[in-house]
Amino acid sequence: MYNAPHPLEVRILTRRFGLPNSASIDTYLAHDGYKAIEKALAEMTPDKIIEEVKASALRGRGGAGFPAGLKWSFVPRQSPKPKYIVVNADESEPGTCKDRLLMENDPHQLIEGALIAARAVDAHAGYIYVRGEYRYLIDILDRAIGEAYQRGYLGKNILGSGFDFDLHTHSGAGAYECGEESALLESLEGKRGIPRIRPPFPAVVGAFGCPTVLNNVETFCSVPWIILNGGAAYANLGTRKNGGTRLFCLSGHINRPGVYELPMGFPLPRMIEEVGGGVWKGRKLKAVIPGGSSCPVLKAEETNLPMDFDSLQAAGSMLGSGGVVIIDEDTCMVKAALRIMRFYAHESCGWCIPCREGTMWLGKLLTRFHAGAGTMSDIDLIRELAQNMLGKTFCPLGDAAALPTISIVKKFREEFEEHLNGRKCPHEGKG
Amino acid sequence: MTFSAELEARLADMVKRYPPGHLRGALVPMLLYIQDEVGAITEDVVQEVATRLQLTPLQVEEVVGYYSMLRRQPAGRHHVQVCTNISCLLRGGEKVWDHARRQLNLQHKETSPDGQFSLEEVECIGACSWAPAVQVGYDYYHEMSPEKFDELVEKLKNQ
Repeated sequence: MYNAPHPLEVRILTRRFGLPNSASIDTYLAHDGYKAIEKALAEMTPDKIIEEVKASALRGRGGAGFPAGLKWSFVPRQSPKPKYIVVNADESEPGTCKDRLLMENDPHQLIEGALIAARAVDAHAGYIYVRGEYRYLIDILDRAIGEAYQRGYLGKNILGSGFDFDLHTHSGAGAYECGEESALLESLEGKRGIPRIRPPFPAVVGAFGCPTVLNNVETFCSVPWIILNGGAAYANLGTRKNGGTRLFCLSGHINRPGVYELPMGFPLPRMIEEVGGGVWKGRKLKAVIPGGSSCPVLKAEETNLPMDFDSLQAAGSMLGSGGVVIIDEDTCMVKAALRIMRFYAHESCGWCIPCREGTMWLGKLLTRFHAGAGTMSDIDLIRELAQNMLGKTFCPLGDAAALPTISIVKKFREEFEEHLNGRKCPHEGKG
Repeated sequence: MTFSAELEARLADMVKRYPPGHLRGALVPMLLYIQDEVGAITEDVVQEVATRLQLTPLQVEEVVGYYSMLRRQPAGRHHVQVCTNISCLLRGGEKVWDHARRQLNLQHKETSPDGQFSLEEVECIGACSWAPAVQVGYDYYHEMSPEKFDELVEKLKNQ
């Protein structure tokens, strides 16, 4: 499954999408498949692999945007303990549906990326942590992993190099929090998914107490192309410090929702107008959530931005996980804030009090407000409560709940005022 | 407790995936795959999994309580999950949800008396660009509407 490609796309990670049996190893092998690991094993030292990934300016596609090569270099070279590769396939950030396509249409690309990372840090086992709801993808991945073992791309003495690597899928069972790296590791170890205090970071103490490279699906999928074509070629596709392409998931009030692979730094207005075909029903744009529901929203007039990590940060938001949610003029922003908060209240693991209590109280306040029972002082209370959650939790879920809320109250205060004194929501029923 | 040969083979493979001394790693996937066959995490399942993974029943219980897909009571034969998170909401997910409650005469997390259907309002299921989305069991249904929901229910009834 994937949407019709758009001519403005630069298809690097998605170049095999749409080929017959694109998930099979034969299709993969016929289209550059496993050539990168052949090259890495035959021609490159582990250090050289890491250098190439550093040169590519590939940054973590899960949301944080941390440079992947740098992350890999934090894994100690000499370690008395085994090292692990962990693929974060717990895609759960509202607005994000790209890793699903990468695993469905080209699972071997992910396997090869994980394998190259394993070679780079000398890991001999890895896990793909897939959210439980994605069962059909676990089946696809298991089949692909089986094929890779059969053809000698996984297991002992890969391609006669003497290098061994085992890869397994691992199912989650429903928990947004497990997309956070340290909670994911707890879950992988068979525990409740609650975050760990850091440092130590997973590169040093990760899975099963051992050094671990943990990256998002899309990050690993980018690696084979980088190794085959060089870090510099990949970096050149994007903008400064933001190498390559990424998958943007257009959703919400847009004429052509879909997942599109575009160069980093692609202008947001063109993404909406040209790639997405503009706001639906001929309506005007009100707001954009640029990278999944954890990001501060942008007002329509703030959207003239190149879509890269640094530009979005400078604009007071985040590029996040690539979930670009388009919101039209007839949408109630109080309701949007409420729905987003209900999600975080449901998903807060309860470990840190500011997040557990904050999301619950904000959910109650926003519910009351949207029902027309709010007071003027509630508007500031909502903002203050959210402000008080920032930076006070073990993991970023507290911030993820607070940031969109603060931005909506700040940028759409008049919509909150419209709900005062028992007034019916002015946007109700417009849909 | 014994399970089907297919599940036993899967569980046997699963426990070998984790490093020595970390058998517990298999806990979450094991519970989910067993639930798929048994229908729910019963007291017997907790006991059985605890024995197999050398854990106390309490260690299993605390994990069962954490994960939203693990349940104590069986769901219906068709477990209908409607997403109303932000991307689905913007495309009419709430209308699908309201319609689903009426058509199935069920509320959130309820199961029909004949055990055919259960209903749940769920958080983002990764179908944002094909919203609004519904998942039945593990199967995805995209770009839903009240009309398409009715067609889906008819199809499921005849399955």
